[in-house]
Amino acid sequence: MGMNTDTNKYTILFAIGMVIVVGSLLAFTASSLAPNIDVNKRLEKQQNILYAMGINENTSSSAKFVSTEKAPDLFKQYIVEQIIIQGGDISSSEDAYLIDVKKQQANSKAGIERKLPLFVGEKENEKFYIAPIRGKGLWDAIWAYVAMDENMVIQGAYFDHKGETPGLGANIKERFFMDDFIGEHLMENGNFKGITVSKSNADPKNVDKMDYEVDAIAGATITGDGVAAMIKSELKLYVPYFKSLKTKAYGTSL
Amino acid sequence: MGLLSKKDSKLILDPLADNNPITIQVLGICSALAITAQLKASIVMSVSVLFVLGVGNVVISLIRNIIPSKIRIIVQLTVVAALVIIVDLVLKAFAYELSKELSVFVGLIITNCIIMGRFEAFALGNGPWRSFLDGIGNAAGYGFILILVGFFRELLGSGTLMGFKVLGDPIEKTGIYAFGYENNGFMLLSPMALIVVGLIIWVQRSKNKALIED
Repeated sequence: MGMNTDTNKYTILFAIGMVIVVGSLLAFTASSLAPNIDVNKRLEKQQNILYAMGINENTSSSAKFVSTEKAPDLFKQYIVEQIIIQGGDISSSEDAYLIDVKKQQANSKAGIERKLPLFVGEKENEKFYIAPIRGKGLWDAIWAYVAMDENMVIQGAYFDHKGETPGLGANIKERFFMDDFIGEHLMENGNFKGITVSKSNADPKNVDKMDYEVDAIAGATITGDGVAAMIKSELKLYVPYFKSLKTKAYGTSL
Repeated sequence: MGLLSKKDSKLILDPLADNNPITIQVLGICSALAITAQLKASIVMSVSVLFVLGVGNVVISLIRNIIPSKIRIIVQLTVVAALVIIVDLVLKAFAYELSKELSVFVGLIITNCIIMGRFEAFALGNGPWRSFLDGIGNAAGYGFILILVGFFRELLGSGTLMGFKVLGDPIEKTGIYAFGYENNGFMLLSPMALIVVGLIIWVQRSKNKALIED
């Protein structure tokens, strides 16, 4: 090669050329695979929502979703309504589960009224209200799908995270943690109280469902605090809707 | 191997045993500890590294004469990073659940010392075909150990292989669990991966005394 590859000019030109070639290659790959990735994300949301209302293939110790092939049908079968709550307005939408909670949180910060999705599921004549919530863990985002009955008593929960420490904070998506939430009350005498992920839980066997506490994971204090904070700030937003359910119910019974 | 010359087949066979990247060069240990709790994750990681190292070595070898030496490490990093992002996207599109399981570790292929090591030590000074063989050989040597460790950790730690209960059901006490056998939960923790790798190194060096350093 007669070319001198050590000059500054050549180095800079090479770097620029490389960035253009690699950048366009990656952009092309990303955009051509985007439809597939989108479908996967949709299916995952459906699986998460179904999991929270108890439709899953859990084994004795580990959490397992219904298969991706079955998810769309089961979702249609069990989720009877998808609601969007925006301020005082309540509307129904088939695609409420596609609402990006992160975006809505940003909207709310920017002063735009936030859309709160809520999925109504029905299984064996019992109604489940499933809310998607999102918060901060130690390293990155954590999120959850929480299924409640009309009194805001938790019926099931699915937690997930983007990058919590494997073996510590990442264990929020293990059954031993998620199942502790089942049966826990969120409301105390008509006021929203939430649940604390507690290191000094006086009820480690989790018999008392009205202590507003679940057992923390050792070594995952900040992730656990994040879970508690997420439940407190996010589920609280749904309280007016649940209260309106009550008044409607009284109205019909009178 | 009739297809390859003796020198070429050495490129593939050497890293499988006598110059194994994990057990002899002790590179790529981080991922060997992190993702080998399950056989399936080990296999996917091995295949991903095989792709990245095989293709990466060829790319670097093809452009080895035009890479400005001042920024050659950056160029190598860019090539690995681009290939890893492609692997990550492909996994997300076609094996979503697996990609969630592997989560950050796919991204961490970028920092796998084996890859930069082979680029720098081999691909920069050899032709594409030989670099390809070298890449495949080293990735196979890495993958072989990963799969071996994954096999023992999943079998002894969870009593399963690829998720199938090969030893019986620990809760219902079937199979060998009926005789009081218990899974060893310690196998699932990273320290045990280090011990398994150590045992492999021990076995390998006691079979081939030439590998023992002073």
